[in-house]
Amino acid sequence: MIATDKDSFIWWDWVGRHTAQIQSATYEHLRLTLLAVAIGFAVSLVLSAVCLRFRWTFTPIAGFAGLLYTIPSLALFAFLLPITGFNTLTAEIGLVSYTLAIFVRNIVAGVESVSPAVIDAADGMGLTRLRRLATVDVPLAAPAIVAALRIATVTTVGLVTVTGLIGQGGYGSFIESGLSRNFSTEIVVGGGLSIVMAVALDAVLVGVERIATPWTRARPRRGT
Amino acid sequence: MGGSTAIRLRDVTKRFAGSPIDAVHELSLDLPEGSLTALVGPSGCGKTTTLRMINRLEEPTSGTIELFGTDIRQTPRHELRRGIGYVIQQAGLFPHRTIAANIATVPKLLGWDKARIRARVDELVELVGLDASLLQRYPAALSGGQQQRVGVARALAADPPVLLMDEPYSAVDPIVRLRLQDDLIALQRRVRKTIVFVTHDIDEAIKLADRVALLDVGGVLAQFGAPDELLRAPASPFVERFLGKERALRRLALKRVADAPLGALPASSDGLPTVRQSAPLREALDALVAQGVATVIVTDDHDAALGALDVVGVAAALHERGAG
Amino acid sequence: MFRAFVDYVTVASHWSGTSGIAHRTEEHLRLSGAVVLAAAVIALPPAFWLGRARRGGFLAQSVVNVGRAVPSLAILALLFPISLRFGFGLGFWPTFAALVILAIPPMFTNAYTGIRSVDPSVVDASQGMGMRPFEVLTRVEIPSGLTLIMTGVRIATLQVIATATLGAYVGFNGLGSFINEGFRQRDDAKLLTGAVAVALCALVVDLVFGVVARRVTPWRAPEINLRKESES
Repeated sequence: MIATDKDSFIWWDWVGRHTAQIQSATYEHLRLTLLAVAIGFAVSLVLSAVCLRFRWTFTPIAGFAGLLYTIPSLALFAFLLPITGFNTLTAEIGLVSYTLAIFVRNIVAGVESVSPAVIDAADGMGLTRLRRLATVDVPLAAPAIVAALRIATVTTVGLVTVTGLIGQGGYGSFIESGLSRNFSTEIVVGGGLSIVMAVALDAVLVGVERIATPWTRARPRRGT
Repeated sequence: MGGSTAIRLRDVTKRFAGSPIDAVHELSLDLPEGSLTALVGPSGCGKTTTLRMINRLEEPTSGTIELFGTDIRQTPRHELRRGIGYVIQQAGLFPHRTIAANIATVPKLLGWDKARIRARVDELVELVGLDASLLQRYPAALSGGQQQRVGVARALAADPPVLLMDEPYSAVDPIVRLRLQDDLIALQRRVRKTIVFVTHDIDEAIKLADRVALLDVGGVLAQFGAPDELLRAPASPFVERFLGKERALRRLALKRVADAPLGALPASSDGLPTVRQSAPLREALDALVAQGVATVIVTDDHDAALGALDVVGVAAALHERGAG
Repeated sequence: MFRAFVDYVTVASHWSGTSGIAHRTEEHLRLSGAVVLAAAVIALPPAFWLGRARRGGFLAQSVVNVGRAVPSLAILALLFPISLRFGFGLGFWPTFAALVILAIPPMFTNAYTGIRSVDPSVVDASQGMGMRPFEVLTRVEIPSGLTLIMTGVRIATLQVIATATLGAYVGFNGLGSFINEGFRQRDDAKLLTGAVAVALCALVVDLVFGVVARRVTPWRAPEINLRKESES
């Protein structure tokens, strides 16, 4: 009855009647996203440290991450399903896999781009390798790292909609059910909210970046 | 030199949109065919703008520029530029083309056949002192000095009568710069182009140029003349300041030992230093001071003694016009 | 499970017919090719023009941000009811339109950046040597920016192949159909067939792009060079 309606893309009274479902989907979507980004970031930090310490490992590690990234999401989930089943684990393995390529390349490139003169100065002042990494390399690479976080987060929000297709809740479940019933309201709600979430999380991370890297906005003062 | 006028600027003024002052102000210059003119001055004096108006990368706000008697506005921009060599500071080589392809750019635009282009490229490589083995490399593989040589070769490719050079050597290290300057002097002896050379380095201008046009901030011409003329008779306190101290020593560097009046050979020339008459006069003075003697023996290029030179003689060269 | 997969793909009848592996692969790649072509025609000329003019940096950044924030599934899903409404039906057209929209941002932004990042002194030199604006674009700027332009096309193509898989949910009969049917019928063999085929398509296309990119830009050094560890 609803599905045959041709006059409206969105039924606001449907939205009004489903606020509870929308809320729980929002929570689910956010949880899947943050979990994947957090795990992906932690794993990538370790991998990046390995790459930076042992140079030869960069090509195979970045290459493998890139390979995972190239596999279309639905296909990756389809590979995992027969092994791990329809559950959060399957979703998270896939989602984390995609963040690795983004994180490792950006973190390594970020640390790499720190000016050799600064490194020289730090070494010259007698900082140990670990101390230098913590007090010089990583802070100076922060803009690149936050940029990677933004890309990874926004990308993951989009990919989590796909996990809806394998029954993991979130906004994707609205899209899935909307498509199967040809009911546009659900599609608009699911698609629209995931865009809103992506933009909101991106804005939060921009704020984090501004607070964490005050020196990037410094401008030379005009002389007298 | 002393031929006809190759480039003539008449009351050329350029003011950029939104700027309160002129970049170039009522500039008039006559540059003879085959001469090397240096445009010198502090930043903001409009020297680069002046250069870029000659190949119409900038258009004057008022005034005219003639190239061999023809107003440059009568030639379509791209055609005009294909007849003018252009060398810039960062060389501006095409990173995606081999050295050979870079040099061949304008001949290709002009539709030369392959054999002719190839022959010309080989000729140019020799002319600018590049190793032929670099021809198939990409610019990223070359040093700054080598890139500049390619830039000059590329600019000369279609044998244009005029060459514009915009601070071509300011990005290379001092030793390479000196060599490139010497090579340019040698090159100019062979090809006799009308060259306009922009630099902020007065020493470079004095060393290379037949004529120096010194511009002040706002594009006002402060003085235009032979390097020795500027050093001998600065037209204003600004010119004096820009030329710096030790003007007499710099003039000595421009003059030859042969320009100085020679005295008779002393009875015994044992232990006295010798200089060739083709050497810069500054070298004679250096020998006098370094050895702590009153005279040096001047020889011809086969080391046969011609006469003696003392400090008074050296000084006299600065106070005489023309060769002594 | 993998036995079932091998059994599935070794049956000749699973390869032929409109729902066979061959036909669906062909459909998948045909659609992807058409999409990339259409998106290139739409995205590249304005990118070149704006990059030349060195304007529109904010626009380029916004396009890439929006492109990233809009989930591909959401675009695809949203175009489904629109396509039905305007009589384009399901299957090919909503998928095609959604994919073109998705392919434009990476192509536009990379091409824009590629042209814009050409060393200004190189552009200056080419003008100074008497190239016309169109010659500067085709002989200097596009070749110099080719690495980034190619990267954009490559990213877009991979995204198109991936999202064409999702097209199965709006009735597009590509390789995603195996995955979709595999889910519904709980048929692991079908599921894996789709997954392997799609992944292979993506990897092969990626590989081809890598080879082509290296061929057409021989002057490039490797992208990331790790800094030498200085042991002092």
